[in-house]
Amino acid sequence: MNLCEAEKTFILHGVEENFRVDGRERSQYRPMELETNVVAHAFGSSRLRLANTDVLVAVKIETDVPSVDQPDEGKIEFFVDCSANATPDFEGRGGEELATEIANSLTSAYRSTKAFNLSKLCILKGRKCWKLYVDILLLECGGNLYDAVSLAVKAALWNTDIPRVLAVNLDGNNVEMEVSDNIHECVKLDIVPAPVMVTISKIGEQCVVDPSAAEEQCATASMVVAVSQDRFTTVLQSGSGSLHPSTLRESLKLGLEIGSKLDQALIEVLKQKPAKKQIGFLM
Amino acid sequence: MSRKELLSKIGLRQDGRRAEELRRIRCKLGVFTQPDGSAYLEQGLTKVLAAVYGPHQVRGGRSKAQHDAAIINCQFSMAVFSTGERKKRPRGDRKSTEISIHLHQALLAAVKVELYPWSQIDVYVEVLHADGGVFPACVNAATLALIDAGIPLKEYVCACTASLANNNVAMVDISNQEETLGGPVLTVVALPMSAKIVHMEMSQRFHLDHLPKVLNLALQGCKDIKAILDDVVRQHVKDIGSSTGWSQTNRKQ
Repeated sequence: MNLCEAEKTFILHGVEENFRVDGRERSQYRPMELETNVVAHAFGSSRLRLANTDVLVAVKIETDVPSVDQPDEGKIEFFVDCSANATPDFEGRGGEELATEIANSLTSAYRSTKAFNLSKLCILKGRKCWKLYVDILLLECGGNLYDAVSLAVKAALWNTDIPRVLAVNLDGNNVEMEVSDNIHECVKLDIVPAPVMVTISKIGEQCVVDPSAAEEQCATASMVVAVSQDRFTTVLQSGSGSLHPSTLRESLKLGLEIGSKLDQALIEVLKQKPAKKQIGFLM
Repeated sequence: MSRKELLSKIGLRQDGRRAEELRRIRCKLGVFTQPDGSAYLEQGLTKVLAAVYGPHQVRGGRSKAQHDAAIINCQFSMAVFSTGERKKRPRGDRKSTEISIHLHQALLAAVKVELYPWSQIDVYVEVLHADGGVFPACVNAATLALIDAGIPLKEYVCACTASLANNNVAMVDISNQEETLGGPVLTVVALPMSAKIVHMEMSQRFHLDHLPKVLNLALQGCKDIKAILDDVVRQHVKDIGSSTGWSQTNRKQ
């Protein structure tokens, strides 16, 4: 999508007046839809639709050997796949750059032990651990990918059931483990402190959250902050453009405030009992 | 008998279907807003999303462009979590490339490409859940997406699989479970209204005498699928049309 100068000016003026093109205020999000447990093959999954940004996340679990540096911790790996369904630019290897960028930001946001405790994923110190594969599929890009992805990842991890290990036997060099046969007997992870990302875009003189695809084009610079319980786990500046230190401080403050609100709202939704009927893409 | 049978003595399959019964098909047109056409199709547990962009100018140099027809560009991709075991890569492996080529072949037979010289039509399919019959589901979803994009087709292009159970009885719409149990699988892409076969592929072997039986059942499957898709398309157009008030146009005058 390419905007002409007049369209850009229109958006810019709207932001200045605190009345954006879709009728939102500067600190307002677009409507979101969240559904969990949508992928039958996965241990946990979610689908988030933020206006017309569509993200599907599935968590798969495998056993692995802990790394030498952290023998008592499990592993988590993020993989982003930009589907060509989203835009023809992603065809072939076209989406890999964006995919790596998002995956790396998630990895750094989840690295802190305060945000996501990996020690619960360890089965036997130095010998066996669980490895979580968090696979993110971008189905449609309508702006603000980071926020949508982070919310969907948090929801999918919330939904994840880790098999309960009943016993671990050490037989020479072999580690054998006994996993509970009962599929309802599972361990849940503590996901409450997991980070939520907020993108703040500077359009003209003002900062806005949740930019749409058109607004992203008008932004002079944008920041992504990952907020975990009133603390930042990652701050990164995405795209081109530069920010004045005072604007940076201002946008960080805005990000923290919005991030905590968003996090609270998400947890409230996740605590609700999920609907029995699956909706998926047929709605 | 310890080995599981494809078809039990009373004529029921592993999942309780009869030999000539399709899995439940549910689909929806227009799931996304950005592509020119999109569709979602569920065939049993197999779930596929398709998106169509175009017709538009040929991307990446005009050398590929044809003066008398549009080119169709297909990409098949499978989500890494779509199979029981996690896949390493979503696309680019041999199987995906092969399916892309077959999909291209199937769609080329149905799309009226001669109407759009110097242009390109992109068809992207994404498998969210693979449970047997992935390629047929992709063809069916792509047809729906093309219809949603308003691209002129000669007719519906539908695909279906069929197999032979107990070396005697033909079965339609093979699930993953039946694929892994063994037995030949015949995949047919057809234009069901004119009963033409566009693409046919078979794995494993059975006696040539059985082929007409299996092929006929697969063609019947294509016809049944066409009826289901047609219903969905008509309902979709009705919903869209009535929301814009087309039924009122005569009365107003």
